[in-house]
Amino acid sequence: MRALVWHGKEDIRCDTVTDPEIEQPRDAIVKVTSCAICGSDLHLFHNFIPAMLPGDIMGHEMMGEVVEVGPEARGKLKKGDRVVVPFTIICGECDQCKRGNFSVCQTTNRKKDLADKVFGHATAGLFGYTHLTGGYPGGQAEYLRVPFADATHIKVPDGIPDEKVLFLGDIFPTGWQAAVQCDIQPTDTVAIWGCGPVGQMAIRSAILLGAKQVIAIDHLPERLEMAEAGGAITINFDEESVVERLNELTGGEGPEKCIDAIGMEAHVSPSMPDTVYDRAKQMLGAESDRPHVLREMIYVCRPAGVISIPGVYGGLVDKIPMGQLMNKGLTIRTGQTHVNRWTDDLLRRIEEGQIDPSFVITHTVSLDEGPEMYKVFRDKQDSCIKVVLKP
Amino acid sequence: MTYYISNIARSKGDPKVIHSGPSSLGTVDRLAKALGWYSIGLGIAELVAAERITRALGMEGKEALVRAYGVRELGHGIMSLSPDKQLGLWSRVAGDGLDIATLMTAMRHDNPKRDNVGIALAVVLGVTLLDIIGAQGVTARHSRPRGRPRSYRNRTGFPQGVQAARGAAKDFQVPPDMRAAPSLAAVSDRAPQERVRSH
Ligand SMILES: [Zn+2]
Ligand SMILES: [Zn+2]
Repeated sequence: MRALVWHGKEDIRCDTVTDPEIEQPRDAIVKVTSCAICGSDLHLFHNFIPAMLPGDIMGHEMMGEVVEVGPEARGKLKKGDRVVVPFTIICGECDQCKRGNFSVCQTTNRKKDLADKVFGHATAGLFGYTHLTGGYPGGQAEYLRVPFADATHIKVPDGIPDEKVLFLGDIFPTGWQAAVQCDIQPTDTVAIWGCGPVGQMAIRSAILLGAKQVIAIDHLPERLEMAEAGGAITINFDEESVVERLNELTGGEGPEKCIDAIGMEAHVSPSMPDTVYDRAKQMLGAESDRPHVLREMIYVCRPAGVISIPGVYGGLVDKIPMGQLMNKGLTIRTGQTHVNRWTDDLLRRIEEGQIDPSFVITHTVSLDEGPEMYKVFRDKQDSCIKVVLKP
Repeated sequence: MTYYISNIARSKGDPKVIHSGPSSLGTVDRLAKALGWYSIGLGIAELVAAERITRALGMEGKEALVRAYGVRELGHGIMSLSPDKQLGLWSRVAGDGLDIATLMTAMRHDNPKRDNVGIALAVVLGVTLLDIIGAQGVTARHSRPRGRPRSYRNRTGFPQGVQAARGAAKDFQVPPDMRAAPSLAAVSDRAPQERVRSH
C-alpha cells in the first residue's frame, strides 16, 4: 500500500510499504477513506520530538471502513462498519479509561519502558506519534491497523460525508476539551492564542458553550478572518500589543480563561525578544520548546483564572514566570485529548446541525501530494489551514 | 541499514518500506543541508586546526580570529540545518563576505603563501555562489507569496449562523473533574448556608 513515511527532518515521502496485518485478537484493519495533516504533525516534521525513526508512518487523524476484524473485537465491530479512529488508542478497561482519562490509558502504550523513563509514567499509545507513545504506524496511508479496536473507534452513520465527521478523531474534541476544561461561565471572556485548526475548533466550542466574548490571536490574515467568521474578536499580534488589547477588551481585568492552541513552536519575531532567545536556545539544544504563549497567558490572565493548554509541548521550557502563576492563583489544565469521552455528544451536535467542522478544510488532495502539502501547510502558503488527504 | 535498525523497533505486522516515493525535501533543501554540514565541518576545522590554517595562508598570529570564525561557522551550520534554513543560508552569504575581506588582507605581495591565499579565495568565491543560489532558492520555495490571501469570511462552521450558535451547547454539563475556580454565583449562594451552620 502507499503511505506517508517519515525519513528524517523535513523529509516525508509517499512510499510503497507492506500492508498492515492483524497481530492481536483485538485488532482491526481499516481501509482509510480520508485522513488529515495535523498541526502537531509539523513538530515531527521538524524533528522537535526526537523519538521518530526512519520508516515510521505519519498520521493520527483518519477514518474509513472496517475490512478485517480480530476475533476479540468482533462483538463491537464488523466488516463494513464506518468508523472514525481516535488518535488515542484506548483499552476501555484500565483505571484511567474507566475515569474517562483516555489519553493516559495504562495499557495501550507498547513502548511502556521507554515512556516510563521519559515521562515518569507512560501515557496512552497514539497513532503515528513517535516511539514514546508506542511507535504505532499512523493513518496517512491506504490501510491502518487499529489496536484495541473494540474500544478504539467512533462509529459514524452512513449518509454523512467524511468531511463532517473526520475531525471527531482529533481536532474537534481537542478544541472542545480545551474549552470545556475552562469551565466557561456566561460572564467569561475566553482568549485563544493561535487560529490554526485546533484554535478554530476551540473558538467554535467556546461560542457554543456560551462565553460572553471570545478573542482570537494570530497574525495571518486568512486565519484571523476565519476566526472572525466563527464569532471571535481578533487581535493581530503584528499590528497591536496582545496584552494591551486584551486588557482593553476586558475593562482592564484580563480574560478569565486563556487557551494555548499553539504549543512548542511559537512564532519567532524580533518584536517579541523572548521568542528569539527561545529559538536560539532551541537550536543549540538547550531548550526543547518555545513557551512565549505560556508566558503571555500567565501575565495577562485574570487572577484565579484558568489556563487551558491543548497545544503540544515536547520537553523542557525556560523562563516560566512561576511567581505570577502562583501569586495569581491560576489553574492550569492540559493533556492530550480524551477523545472518546466527548465524541458521542459531539457527533450528535454535528448531526443536529449545531456545528459543521468541515469549515476548516482548505485543501483536499490525493495521498501522493501529501509530502508537498506538508511543506505548503508548514510554510502557510496558499492560505492553507487544513489539509485532507484522500488515499 | 538505518531502516534495518529502526525495523527492530517495529512489530511483525507493522508496515515496512518497500520503495520510496517523492519527498517533501526539494533540491534547494538538500543543497541547504549540504551547505549546513559544510559549515559544521569547516567550523570544526577552524577551531581545532587554526595554527595549520594560518601557517598555510601566511597569516601567523591570526589564530584567535580563525577560531572565532570557526564558532561563527558552526552557528551558520546549525541554522542552515534547522527549519530556519533561510536565515542560515543568508547568514552564510554574509559570512562569505567576511571571509573574502579577511583573505584579501592576506593577498599582499610580500606574503610568501600568496598562491595558497589565491586558491582559498577561489574556493570561497565558488561556495559563495552556491550559498547565494541556495539562499535565494529556499527563500523562494518557503516564503508566503505576496498578494491577497484567500477569503474565509463565510467559513462560520455554524450551519444556523453565529448568533444561533452562541450558547447553543448550554445543555452540556461540565464534568466535575473539569470544573474550575468557583464562579461568583456559586460562592454567594453557598455563603448564607454556611452562616446558618455555624450557629
Ligand atoms: Zn492532531
Ligand atoms: Zn485503558
